[in-house]
Amino acid sequence: MLEKLAEIKSKAIDELSSLSDLRELEAWRVRYLGKKSELTQILRGLASLPLEERKAVSASANELKAFFETSHRENKESLKERAYQEMEAATVGRQITLPTGIPSAETFGIPDVTLPGRPIPLGRLHPTTQMLCRICDIFVALGFQVVEGPEVEWDYYNFEALNIPPDHPARDMFATFWIETESGQRPMLLRTHTSPMQIRVMERTQPPVRVVVPGKVYRYEATDATHESMFYQIEGLAVDEHTTFSDLKGTLYEFAKRLFGEERRVRFRCDYFPFVEPGVEMAIDCMACGGSGCRLCSGTGWIEILGAGMVHPDVLRRVNYDPEVYTGFAFGLGLERIPMLLYGIDDIRLFYSNDLRFLRQF
Amino acid sequence: MKAPISWLREYVEIALHPEELSDKLTMSGTEVSGLEATGGWENIVVGEVVAIAPHPNADRLTLATVDLGGERLTSVCGAPNVDIGQKVPFAHSGAQLIDPESGELVRLKKEKIRGIASAGMICSERELGISDRHEGIMVLPPDAPSGTPLNEYLGDTTLDLYITPNRPDLLSIIGIAREVAALTGKAINIPDTRYAEAGESIGGKASVEIRDPDLCPRYCATLITDAKVGPSPPWLEQRLLACGMRPINNIVDVTNYVMLEHGQPLHAFDFEKISEKRIIVRRARNESIITLDGMVRDLSSDMLVIADGQRPVAIAGVMGGAGSEVTEATTAVLIESANFNPASIRRTSIKFKLGSEASLRFEKGLSAELPLQALRRATQMMAELSGGKIARGIIDVYPGKREVKPISLTTKQVARILGIKIAREKVAKVLGSLGFQCERVSPGELSVAVPYWRTDVRLAEDLVEEIARIIGYDDLPTTLPSGALPRYKPDPMRALIEKVSNILVGCGMQEVITYSLTSLAMLRKVTPQPAALKVANPITTEQECLRTTLRPGLLQTLSANEKHENNSIRLFEVGKVYLPREGDLPEERHMLSGVLCGTRLDQSWHGDSERLDFFDAKGVLETLMERLGVAPRFEPSEDKTFSPGSRATIVVGGESVGTLGELHPRVAERCDISSRPVYLFEIDLERLLPATMAPLKYRPIPKFPITLRDIAVVVNEEIPSKRVQDIIEGSPLVSRVTLFDFYTGKQVPEGKKSLAFRVLYQSPSRTLTDEEVNRAQQEIVSRLSRELGATLRQ
Ligand SMILES: [Zn+2]
Repeated sequence: MLEKLAEIKSKAIDELSSLSDLRELEAWRVRYLGKKSELTQILRGLASLPLEERKAVSASANELKAFFETSHRENKESLKERAYQEMEAATVGRQITLPTGIPSAETFGIPDVTLPGRPIPLGRLHPTTQMLCRICDIFVALGFQVVEGPEVEWDYYNFEALNIPPDHPARDMFATFWIETESGQRPMLLRTHTSPMQIRVMERTQPPVRVVVPGKVYRYEATDATHESMFYQIEGLAVDEHTTFSDLKGTLYEFAKRLFGEERRVRFRCDYFPFVEPGVEMAIDCMACGGSGCRLCSGTGWIEILGAGMVHPDVLRRVNYDPEVYTGFAFGLGLERIPMLLYGIDDIRLFYSNDLRFLRQF
Repeated sequence: MKAPISWLREYVEIALHPEELSDKLTMSGTEVSGLEATGGWENIVVGEVVAIAPHPNADRLTLATVDLGGERLTSVCGAPNVDIGQKVPFAHSGAQLIDPESGELVRLKKEKIRGIASAGMICSERELGISDRHEGIMVLPPDAPSGTPLNEYLGDTTLDLYITPNRPDLLSIIGIAREVAALTGKAINIPDTRYAEAGESIGGKASVEIRDPDLCPRYCATLITDAKVGPSPPWLEQRLLACGMRPINNIVDVTNYVMLEHGQPLHAFDFEKISEKRIIVRRARNESIITLDGMVRDLSSDMLVIADGQRPVAIAGVMGGAGSEVTEATTAVLIESANFNPASIRRTSIKFKLGSEASLRFEKGLSAELPLQALRRATQMMAELSGGKIARGIIDVYPGKREVKPISLTTKQVARILGIKIAREKVAKVLGSLGFQCERVSPGELSVAVPYWRTDVRLAEDLVEEIARIIGYDDLPTTLPSGALPRYKPDPMRALIEKVSNILVGCGMQEVITYSLTSLAMLRKVTPQPAALKVANPITTEQECLRTTLRPGLLQTLSANEKHENNSIRLFEVGKVYLPREGDLPEERHMLSGVLCGTRLDQSWHGDSERLDFFDAKGVLETLMERLGVAPRFEPSEDKTFSPGSRATIVVGGESVGTLGELHPRVAERCDISSRPVYLFEIDLERLLPATMAPLKYRPIPKFPITLRDIAVVVNEEIPSKRVQDIIEGSPLVSRVTLFDFYTGKQVPEGKKSLAFRVLYQSPSRTLTDEEVNRAQQEIVSRLSRELGATLRQ
């Protein structure tokens, strides 16, 4: 029996050296380690052998089994490695069929890696939405909450409550779409700015207030490359017991730096809006020329970004805030101007005519 | 407002470069939108014509000898107005001049004109680029120094200023000079307005009566007789031109000049044409007037007119009447300097679409203290320029005189608003430089008297702005708000919109934002109920009403894009619709809508370019709902916008939240859409919102093995597959059901369809036995048979 084992061993070693792929190795394994292999038969038949012989044969047979298992494992590794190397050596574009037993796709390689991938439908947010989110996020990080309000407004909220009574010359700054109403009804309009929400927010909340209001506004204007009849604004309002002009400057300075970059210079100058006092215009140095003057900044080196100011005491009084106790600041900016400046868009009408060749660029 | 620096210099010393000056003005609130330089002349000097002789070879030409401050040169001159003693601009050869014909710059060459050598040329205004005038040579003021380069004498920079509506005082050269003085720390110099009076008192010759003092707080007038109307002197005309006004004659020009100088509009009447020599300031009756521009204007009782004994002679503060216009023949002039109600002026000028220099100033609210000073100045100048005599005295009817109380200002208030303490002395100094009179009341308090021209300053806050802008906003500190954060109020709709948009983008849909305004015709094409709010003053019919559905914008966007898109178009919009409400603002409702058409995938070498179908659109909605944690039902609908059979109502919690379907070809055609088929969906986000608010709860991952079985049944065609699926899902051991095959055709009887489901059995608490699963499967099959008449497919 021991001779038999030695015979099996040498035959197996012989065959092992001539194996060329994993399939042959598998056949070898079945032959020498399988259920029907001679070795398995011998191991099963151990019980029928006399005790002395049984001990000797058992030891040799188990040793051989361990040897075969090790050999199989080692040969499997080296054959696999040989297959991988073959694959590496193959040129791009040639498909190789790997021997079975390798845990992978059957074939490797594609005809041409420059072939386009399988198309996936691609959606995007409108550039206005993207910029609104970006700007609102900055103010949210500064403690502001985002609220929205009606686009169809009473004259009162759009004008009167903001110190712009009928016949006020500042009405020239806001060309207005009026809404047809029954005679005798209060005048209704499409809001010309987001500022009416200053009033609405203060009417329904007690200080402290810190909100930003994005939304559509409308102007009764013939459209051209820089004028639209509908566009977006973002209004901001902060009211508290110790809100100062310096806070206004700091908040807007922070906003400008976060949106336009740390390297931009920020300028505050006096300007007039009926519902603030003092009034402010914030500008940044021109990103196209760096301040030396060019067409984008009409030679001034500065680009106006927004209007702002300290909330007018008459406005505070109108919403029953005591201007002796509370102060606040407000600001409003036209949204489309910002992507126009940042991305070099030269016509505001592109935004809401929704040409996909435009929208897909953002 | 245009302001030549040379003119400003009459009232304030200016040492700054024009660029620095405009920067200071801009930063303090008076935006300089442009700088316009006149001059740049080389080889052109001031000369005096000392001799004139006829040209020997040409009747129309003269030989003018010009003294250039020592040197004398003779040039050939063709101008009819050349005369001995005139000061003129004289160009040496080599000077660059504008060719009056072509408008181009040409260099003056030495040449002979009709055989006589000309040593240079006397120039017209057009040749110098000062104005369009070319009828004759330009005549300079007599005091122009001969030999001085013209650039030194006439070169100037004009500031183009944008004046905000709160500062009518800055619609004047003196007003701007006051700003410059305050910004540069210089003194301001107001012109002397004294003059000699002669002859009778004005009171005996003319009268003024104000019938409507609410519309006219003050009316002042003077009278000049024996005047000679003629052209104004060149320096005056130059200034008017530099400010963009056309010179007319010495009388009208003075009214304009003084308006530019002081900011007070004036009017000159031909006194002979004033009937009964009475001026009555009153509301108009049912009458009309021919204005200076030759138009007949019908007046109404809300308008203020200046009338004589008979009829209106001017629309107060807006425009004069042609009947009392000053002409060459005029000898007696009544000068009006008045104050009018700004709202009334504004209403009248808007009604007539007449924005005159006068009305633009009056409508912003001028000081009632201004008219007298301006009137004195105009009277003085007019008498001087026209050689007329000034009647003694001034008519000054002033029913609207008001005391202006000083404003109390504390340094505490300044600090409270600006966030920085500014010393009382500094406050007083800054305000003082602007003409405010500050009186110390207590250590921290000032009583501030507002100068009459600052009609915009009323409150302490207004004074704070004055202080801040003169100090300079950039010099104030920069801090962040320090107070407590307000209570956070969640906005679920905003959150939903953000989520919906992001999910749809992930589904390959492109967001669009379309106009809220649309046309009634468009609304009628796409919705059965087009009752919409109308714009009273639309610009175009395309934007005449507010949308009540998002369909118009999306379908128009699709139509505009399909010509250049050859794959698919998938669009969505989240926006408001505006639903009219009786006697109130409309309801602004948040809606979602989307359209899909074209191929499922972009054309590629991978081959798949089937057309999108109903189930692509439905798949997008199912994905959206799944992500929102909502289980919708799709029920057949009758919406006529969609093709019959391909339309569904989306039901959530028993309520319809939207609709989905294939756009009816009739509707597509009306909307100029050539793609077929087009799928459109619409969701009412307000109705959907509550269903998305259910709190999220984690379910443990099942630990026990799954058993898969298939169920293939044949049912009547009209039975919705969802009913079959619901029954299968009704079995307590079933955890998931997937329809994997749907078939109608030869393999099944007519009027029937075959449905095959893969059913996943799994219990959260134990391993199911084969017998349990078999029993459950058997129960399902018998229920299907009992309730739906389903048979098992062999
Ligand atoms: Zn620039």
